[in-house]
Amino acid sequence: MYQPHSVMGDQELPGVLILGVGGVEGVLENHVGLLKKNFHLITMKEFLENKKELSEKIKSIFIFERRPTIDRGLLESLPNLKVIANSGVGVDHLDLKLISTFGVKVTSTPQAVSDSTADTGMALMLASARRLVEGCQIAVSPDTERFAVDWLGVEVTGATLGIIGMGRIGYKVAKRAKAFDMKILYHNRKRRKEEEEQAVGAIYCKKMEDLLQQSDFVMLVVNLTPQTHRLIGKRELELMKPTATLINISRGAVVDQDALVEALQNKVIRAAALDVTYPEPLPRNHSLLKLKNIIITPHIGTATVQATCMMTEEAITNMLAVLNGLPIPSEVCPK
Amino acid sequence: MEEKELPYVLTDSIGGTHGVYLEHTEFLKKYFNLVAMKEFLENQKCFGEKIKAIYIWWQKPAVNQELLQSLPNLKVIANFGVGVDHLDLKLISSFGVKVTNTPFAVSNATADLGIALMLASSRRLVEGRQIAVSPDTEQFAADWLGEDVTGATLGIIGMGRIGYKVAKRAKAFDMKIRYHNRNRRKEEEEQAVGACYCEKMEDLLQQSDFVMLVVNLTPQTHKLIGKRELELMKPTATLINICRGPVIDQDALVEALQNKVIKAAALDVTYPEPLPRDHPLLKLKNIIITPHIGTATKHARRLMMKSMIENIFSALNGLPIPNEVFP
Repeated sequence: MYQPHSVMGDQELPGVLILGVGGVEGVLENHVGLLKKNFHLITMKEFLENKKELSEKIKSIFIFERRPTIDRGLLESLPNLKVIANSGVGVDHLDLKLISTFGVKVTSTPQAVSDSTADTGMALMLASARRLVEGCQIAVSPDTERFAVDWLGVEVTGATLGIIGMGRIGYKVAKRAKAFDMKILYHNRKRRKEEEEQAVGAIYCKKMEDLLQQSDFVMLVVNLTPQTHRLIGKRELELMKPTATLINISRGAVVDQDALVEALQNKVIRAAALDVTYPEPLPRNHSLLKLKNIIITPHIGTATVQATCMMTEEAITNMLAVLNGLPIPSEVCPK
Repeated sequence: MEEKELPYVLTDSIGGTHGVYLEHTEFLKKYFNLVAMKEFLENQKCFGEKIKAIYIWWQKPAVNQELLQSLPNLKVIANFGVGVDHLDLKLISSFGVKVTNTPFAVSNATADLGIALMLASSRRLVEGRQIAVSPDTEQFAADWLGEDVTGATLGIIGMGRIGYKVAKRAKAFDMKIRYHNRNRRKEEEEQAVGACYCEKMEDLLQQSDFVMLVVNLTPQTHKLIGKRELELMKPTATLINICRGPVIDQDALVEALQNKVIKAAALDVTYPEPLPRDHPLLKLKNIIITPHIGTATKHARRLMMKSMIENIFSALNGLPIPNEVFP
């Protein structure tokens, strides 16, 4: 990461604290310009080297890829902090209650993430069903002499998709799945309005068990909360059809990973496709990495040029709204 | 033995990695006496006159003059799948034999695969998966990005059954859809999937982020996409082929991918299949190749089998044939 030079003029702009720019975990370089239009950009390194002068200037924190880490020490050192804007919609890495005690608001970027994440869910479902990764390996393998005719995947069109978590992202998944003539079941804390259900042909399952028993594909699209932690464990996996596929585009900890390993090893379910795990990445000797009936992707749900740009823009909009006393588009409140 | 024998149908082989599926034979045996090529060749005198139909499973058996001459009572050749480019339709017709295919059975599975390839390519799924499992991976990089499919422009070349189903699916991703076809579709059909007709293929090539090939292979579509067409495409565009390998000039494609004339390609079909193991396409980073799996689902293959039975049964019993293919 490098430290961008501050410009004299932006001393009047409100200060936004970021971890850093570029590299593996910094704010994307071509987003820096977006931030600098409205803020005085201060990196963690700059802040730590000059706490006296900078601590009072920082009115906001822009969190990218879960960094910087927000703890009591940091909150105490920023007396004028008004808002923490998270890039992304999951806020399970933030202690909302703690932050709230400092009178600081938290915002997320639900609009920016939904299409890309829904697309990822569809990509994983299709790739798993049609054995795309295996197929690619066969197509290029030095040992391949002929393509076997009895090498088959399972059909997506007309199959039953069970969506657990029907928020913005889950709903967009349903919309896409409908175009594949999938039968759509969903389970959610709250039932959606009838018109919304009809628009995507989704049937509400009050009991998650009913969804699990009827679905060919189960997709997890919930927030990670204490209630959804290990939502899918041994019992739930056993309720699923042995021909079913589990797809996770929410958070790793929604699934009991040890139970999943066992279920996949014993063919309790057919396969899994995970964009998220805990931790990320998995330890290199983790059992999940050795299984044949699994696809894992490196948390790429929003990893597109377009989505990341929209996330930064949405975060900026939220930060400015808080600082200017305007209605906040996407505030996240502690429960 | 029954009073009236079931008709004799020739197929290449039964079981194994390339033959008619054993689980299908139970069903097939209700309608036909299946004779494998090996059996036939060992006993041509006995079977030659009895065989009324050929059941082609994955382009086998090959139908040539010799085979046609040895089957004097052959009425129909039922093809697996919709593509008949491996059959000499004129030759077969000259023997008074009908040809059928299975267009309905293949369309959903093939359209699904087209979308799967588009998503996998755009979101770098295969690469991403390698990172997720690689022994060298320590952290996931935040600056590793793909491109959105939602909202992008998809150009469909070939808007038959399969192309139309691709359009229907792509619409749900809010894609802008352009299409090029020999015949323009009816307005209601276009509107239902939000597809805009491009009379000139060049216009489609210039405007599309994803170009998907969904045509039959004919002399007119052979090398439809060559150097010129690839250069008309955006440098940020991806070419997807779910129809037949020879629709693309493969050498031109290699060059285009090497020189980043286009961004990437995703091919379910090549020529030949498989490609020779030292082929340049296998060495490129900006390509996904799958082993012709467009119809490779249990469900689709079962539908194909049933469709073929129906086609043969109709042809042998003088009924209207659901899916006849004419030269």
